[in-house]
Amino acid sequence: MTNGAISLERTFSAGTANALELRGVSKTFGALSALDDVTITIGPGEKRAVLGSNGAGKTTLFNCITGDFLPSAGAIRFFGEDITNAPAHERIRRGLRRTYQISLLFAGLTVVDNVYLACKGVARGRFSLMRPGRRDTIMEGAEELVRTVRLEASRDTKVSDLSYGQQRQLEIAMALAGAPRFILFDEPAAGLSPGERRELIEILSGLPSHMGYIIIEHDMDVALRVSESVTMMHNGRIFKEGKPSEIEDDEEVQSLYLGGGNA
Amino acid sequence: MNEAAWGRKLDWTSSLRINPAYWVVAAILLILPAFASNFILYQLFGWTFILGMIALSLMFLAGYGGMVSLAQMTVAGIAGYMVAIFGDSAITDISQGWPWYISIPLALLVAALFATATGWLAGRTEGIYTIMITLAIAAAFFYFFNQNYVIFNGFSGFNGVLPPKLFGLDWRHPIAFYYLTLFWAAAWYFAAIYVSRSPFGLALQGIRDNPRRMAALGYHVTAHKVAAYAIAALPAATGGILLTWQSAQISPGTAGIGPAIDILIVAVIGGIGHPAGAFIGAFIYVILKTFAVDLIVLVGLGSERFRLLIGLGFLVVVFWSPDGILGLWEKLKQSRGLNPLLRRAGRRS
Repeated sequence: MTNGAISLERTFSAGTANALELRGVSKTFGALSALDDVTITIGPGEKRAVLGSNGAGKTTLFNCITGDFLPSAGAIRFFGEDITNAPAHERIRRGLRRTYQISLLFAGLTVVDNVYLACKGVARGRFSLMRPGRRDTIMEGAEELVRTVRLEASRDTKVSDLSYGQQRQLEIAMALAGAPRFILFDEPAAGLSPGERRELIEILSGLPSHMGYIIIEHDMDVALRVSESVTMMHNGRIFKEGKPSEIEDDEEVQSLYLGGGNA
Repeated sequence: MNEAAWGRKLDWTSSLRINPAYWVVAAILLILPAFASNFILYQLFGWTFILGMIALSLMFLAGYGGMVSLAQMTVAGIAGYMVAIFGDSAITDISQGWPWYISIPLALLVAALFATATGWLAGRTEGIYTIMITLAIAAAFFYFFNQNYVIFNGFSGFNGVLPPKLFGLDWRHPIAFYYLTLFWAAAWYFAAIYVSRSPFGLALQGIRDNPRRMAALGYHVTAHKVAAYAIAALPAATGGILLTWQSAQISPGTAGIGPAIDILIVAVIGGIGHPAGAFIGAFIYVILKTFAVDLIVLVGLGSERFRLLIGLGFLVVVFWSPDGILGLWEKLKQSRGLNPLLRRAGRRS
C-alpha cells in the first residue's frame, strides 16, 4: 500500500494498474477555480478519505471523476484506462460507483426497484420489455443488497416515504450494485444518528479488501476509521496527504479543519 | 427462504394482481353490445377506446418517462395516412391498394420511425422544451399534410379508407368495430402495465425521477428516451388506424394542433400516473364533446362554445387534483379507513 509518501511523481506511462490516477485536474466555473491542478494516485484496493472544509472542491472532484462534468484541464485514469472524456455511463460500466451528498434516488419507485435499477444499469438487457422472473439473478442480487444495508423491512416502500437515514442506506446499496471496482462515497454519514453511523462503519469495513474507495466525510470518527490514507483539500488544491494518524496529529490540519467548529 | 419472502417474490413476478373492479369493468364492457345502441357502441365507446390508446401513448411517455410529447396525435395521424396510402381509399391515384397484411404493418413501422425521429430530437431536451419541440413537429406536419398533394392529397386528404373484410366481417359494423377497438385498447392497456415493471419500464421511471442518477448508474438516458418514443408509437399508431377506419377518412385536421392538445387534455383529466387514466380521460372527453353542445345551447350560448365546458372541466380537474380523476380516486381511498397519522402526502414530488 502506498501510504505516507504517496507517489505523486508517478506517471501514467508506468503502466501500473492503479485504481485511480488524476493528473493536474482543474475545473473552473467562470472565474471560480473549484479544482486547481489536483494530482492524486490511488492504488488498487486503497481506501482513501478526502477531507476539507466546505467549498474545498471535494464534491467537484467526485463530479469530475464520475463524468458529471468534464475537467477544464488534466487527465483521469481508471485502472490504467484514460476516462477523462468518457461519458458517465461508460465509467460506471467500467466499475466506478458513487453515492451522492444529497440523495439522488428514484422517489416514485420502491426500495427494491431502486436497487434493481442500480444492478441492471451494469448488466445486459437494460432495454428488455420482459419482466424479471422469480429466478432472475439481477433481482436476486438486488434482494441481497437490500439485506446487506438492512432495509429488507422497507423493501416495497416507495422511496419518497423513507426516512432520511434509510435513504442514505439505500444510496449505499445502489453504489454496491453490480460488482463495483471502486466507489466514491460523498458524505455517507451526513445526517445519520450515532447508531446509524456505527452501522455505516460496519458496512464500509465489511467491504472486500480489493474494493477501493474514496470517502468524503466531515465526521472524523468515521473518516479516519474507514480509511488507510487521507487527502486534505483546501480551496480546490491538495493541501496534505498522509496516514490517518499523521493527519490527526498535524498541527496545520488541526488549526485549519479539526478545530474549525465541525463538532 | 421463509414464507413471507417467497410470497413477496411471487408478488414480483405476478404483480398483475386482479382487482375485483377489473372483473366488473371487463364484464360490463364485454356484454355492453347486448344493451347499447349503435351510436353508443360506435361513436361513444369506439371513440373513447381510440382516443384512450393515443392518450395512453402520451401517458406512457409523460407518466413513466416524464416526457410530455404533443406529437402523439401526429404519430396516430401518420399511421392513418399510411393505411390510406399503402392500402385502399377513394383516391386511387395515390393509394397503392396493397393488402392489409402489408399496409398495416408498414403503417405501424412508418409511425414508429417517425416517433423515433421525434424522440431523437426531443429526447435531448427536458420539460417545457420537450413540449415546444413536439408541438413544433406537430404543427409542421399539420401544414405539410395540408400542402403536400403528391403523397398526402393536401387539404382534402383521403376518404373511403375502409378496414379489410377480415374473417368475412364488416369491421365498421358498430358491434364489430366496438369489439375491435375494445380488443386493442385492452391489449395496449395491459401491455403498458406489464412493461412498466420490466427493466425498460423501470428504467424509464428512473429517468423520470432522476435522469442524472440514471446516467450515473450506467444507463444511456437519451437512448432510453428515444426507445420510449418508438414503443409509445405503437398504441398511438393503432389508434390512428382505427380512427381512420371509424370515419373512413383522414385529413390534415385529424392531426392538427387542436387534436394534439386534446390528447394532452384527455391524459391530464384522466391522470398520467396510470394507464387507466388515459381511458377514463378519453371517456369524459367524449361524453363532454358529444353532449356539451346540447347543454351549452340549453344555457343559451352558441353551440360553437362547447369547448368552454371542456376547458372548465379541465380547469376543475387540474385545480382540484393535479393527478387527474385517478388522483382524486387515490385521495378518496386514502382519506378513508387509514390512520390519519400515517396518511401520506401521496405521490412523487
